Amino acid sequence: MLDGLRVIELIGDDVWGAAAVGHCGRILADLGADVVKVEPPTGDPIRTVPPYIGERAAPDRGLLWTALNANKRSVTASPDDTARRAALLAGADVVLQPALTVDPAKADPRLVVVTITPYGASGPLASTPASDLEVTASSGSLWLAGEPGGAPVRTTLPQSPLWAGMYAAAGALLAIIARRSTGRGQHVDVSGQQSMVTVHPPAAVFADVAREEHMRLGPNLLGRSIVGARFRNVWPCADGHVSFAIQGGPIGRHTGRMLTAWMAERQFDAPRFRAIDWAPFDNRTLSQADVDALEAEVGAFLRTLTKREFFAGVIARNMLGYPVADAADIYSDEQLRARAFWQDVAIDGTTLEFPGGFALFDGERPTVRRPPPRLGEHQHEVMPPNLWPAARDTLKAR
Amino acid sequence: MSSLGQAKPDSRSPLVGIRVVELGWAAAGPLVGTYLASHGADVIHLESSTALDPFRSTYPPFKDNEPGPDRAAMFAFYNAGKRGVTLDLKQPRAVELALRLVATADVVIESFPAGTLARRGLGIEVLRATRPDLVILSSCNQGQTGPHAQHPGYGSQLTALAGFTQLLGDPERTPVILYGPYIDYIAVGYGVIAVLAALDRRARTGQGCVIDLSQYEAGLQFMAPALLEHAANGTLPTRAGNRDRVAVPHGVYPTSEPDSWIALSVWDDGEWTSLVEALGDPEWARDSSLATADGRRSREAWIDERIAEWSRRQPRASAVTRLRSRGLRAAPVQSVGELFRDPQLAERRAWRTARHPVIGDLRLMAPPFVLSDADQGPGRPGPLLGQHTEEVFRGIVGLDAAEYAACEAAGVFR
Repeated sequence: MLDGLRVIELIGDDVWGAAAVGHCGRILADLGADVVKVEPPTGDPIRTVPPYIGERAAPDRGLLWTALNANKRSVTASPDDTARRAALLAGADVVLQPALTVDPAKADPRLVVVTITPYGASGPLASTPASDLEVTASSGSLWLAGEPGGAPVRTTLPQSPLWAGMYAAAGALLAIIARRSTGRGQHVDVSGQQSMVTVHPPAAVFADVAREEHMRLGPNLLGRSIVGARFRNVWPCADGHVSFAIQGGPIGRHTGRMLTAWMAERQFDAPRFRAIDWAPFDNRTLSQADVDALEAEVGAFLRTLTKREFFAGVIARNMLGYPVADAADIYSDEQLRARAFWQDVAIDGTTLEFPGGFALFDGERPTVRRPPPRLGEHQHEVMPPNLWPAARDTLKAR
Repeated sequence: MSSLGQAKPDSRSPLVGIRVVELGWAAAGPLVGTYLASHGADVIHLESSTALDPFRSTYPPFKDNEPGPDRAAMFAFYNAGKRGVTLDLKQPRAVELALRLVATADVVIESFPAGTLARRGLGIEVLRATRPDLVILSSCNQGQTGPHAQHPGYGSQLTALAGFTQLLGDPERTPVILYGPYIDYIAVGYGVIAVLAALDRRARTGQGCVIDLSQYEAGLQFMAPALLEHAANGTLPTRAGNRDRVAVPHGVYPTSEPDSWIALSVWDDGEWTSLVEALGDPEWARDSSLATADGRRSREAWIDERIAEWSRRQPRASAVTRLRSRGLRAAPVQSVGELFRDPQLAERRAWRTARHPVIGDLRLMAPPFVLSDADQGPGRPGPLLGQHTEEVFRGIVGLDAAEYAACEAAGVFR
């Protein structure tokens, strides 16, 4: 899709920034852009973020690194090596950077400069450092997750650099499209904080229009009721958890009818749920007491099913609901297999099934054409010989 | 007919001249159109009053808490910047008009379960026949093919299927939720990227593109490190509260104010020294075993309690200021309401207030990337039901007054 687009990633020493830039570069690389990472001689800092392939620490075996850097080439340049950087930027369409290393005002006017920082390139927090936890905290997203009364809680796999990197790719493409008509590049200034503000719009709409501040409620959903009731969305089942909610609207009512029939098939006694007249059912007006009574029966029924039984059941009945899947469940999902989602990639002697590209374009899924690069692996093919690194740099890099 | 590269030279919006016809519902489809509209595209949201978008009918909040399709703030928010038309696609005349509109468009976005549009006479082949270089984005739960292609779903539950829910909460308890349809917004971002990449290719090659985006597969991109960990090591990544694999301590701590918290993380031994100074060099922190990450990790819960003893005596703002002044990574845990007065977000014009004719002032959300040389929206809230039907079918499709009136009388525009 993006054949011919030349992208440079400038990697610094900050893990959050390296992950955000790396993810943006990975998206563009998957779409066919030629992405060259410029790593410091010590390597991209996420190379050494655990866990590692085979639990053996080494710069080519970090799993965050592995996930974010397929389809790219790597060269090294120390931060003060302006000659090498200038040579790399000379032919580039896009530069991705975690700080204002390249000043957009002084760059080649055709260059698209994408800066991804925790809070944005200007403003009171422009130079304030942050990791995933602080970025998420500042966005409202952390506030909304956790048990009521307890501390807010973060997704254990860092998410904010991925969000920022994804939006950076969208911004970069808009700037490339704009360049077709203006002839000029521009600065794309991506904020991690603001990226994470986009992941919970209903809470913003409620705060704005209804003056209602949504709170974390453990496994319960807000925002489905006009009388303030909450609906549970995660339930213990026989061997883990499943996601299900009592909902309205055509699909929600269909789901309710199907669950009633499913309970009957299994001779499960649920008098209150069975008594619902689904045709006029309106979840928006149920009192919390009504919801609690219905949910007691639903919860007891869900405990009788395994994750696999629940998944097969909702598919067969075309009703809403999914298991709370773990990685093994996802690898065994028949839908992903049928769509040839996974792709074998050999890394340092180990073959891993990689998640495939994010969409099919004219029926084709973007592939992993090359594994993540070794540090400086492509110096000689990317750089002119007079800019090959001196031996001492290479030693430092090992 | 519009295409890239023909924007007026004085235009500061990258997608001026691009027309998008969107047949979507709820969040995952329509928000793609909103991002395109925010950058100058003419996005026409096509819907029907005979099968209302749940964001018009089912989901609060409504103006004055009274349901009604034009009183629904969720619809107005998620469809910002668009024009809106209604067509009852169960009628052949409506399908014909939809195709005439598509013939003027560059992009079609649809987000119904696989096969829905084909049953209405608007399948991919039919759309492409009207305009061969069309970019078509189909975004649905499970993708257009495979045994689960027809399965309907909401993002709040697909988030669980894609593994996110499993990674959130206390490891000993039921996982908690990521508030709402988290995965939908991932699919939105990738949907925008896919359309932009296809438009860029079309500008170079003249080729259209059919994009099959499974919201599930898009979401799994954000799960890749955990999936690969399982593939490589056979482990099952699970939730770990606020613990991190590198930083220690790494947590959320209470302050002296009610339900008020700070986030704080320490990434190396130097930062630990800075933290100890910021805490006032307490006796407990002088233990030399805490000077290394391994030492701190072996007593992490105990350290968290000591930090909380300090933080409980500080107002949130002064705790954060004190920690940041030492170069530490720290932040207030902001509620969503606080975001409207956050100075950093204000600097970036993250919120855009627009007047909705029924709801009144409504805060819309700007894209999280600021372009230095382009106007970015959204500038107006989503359309009222059928607000632009006449404008579009007379002005763009070219019906004359009599034809329009006849269609209206026949219920084509319901």
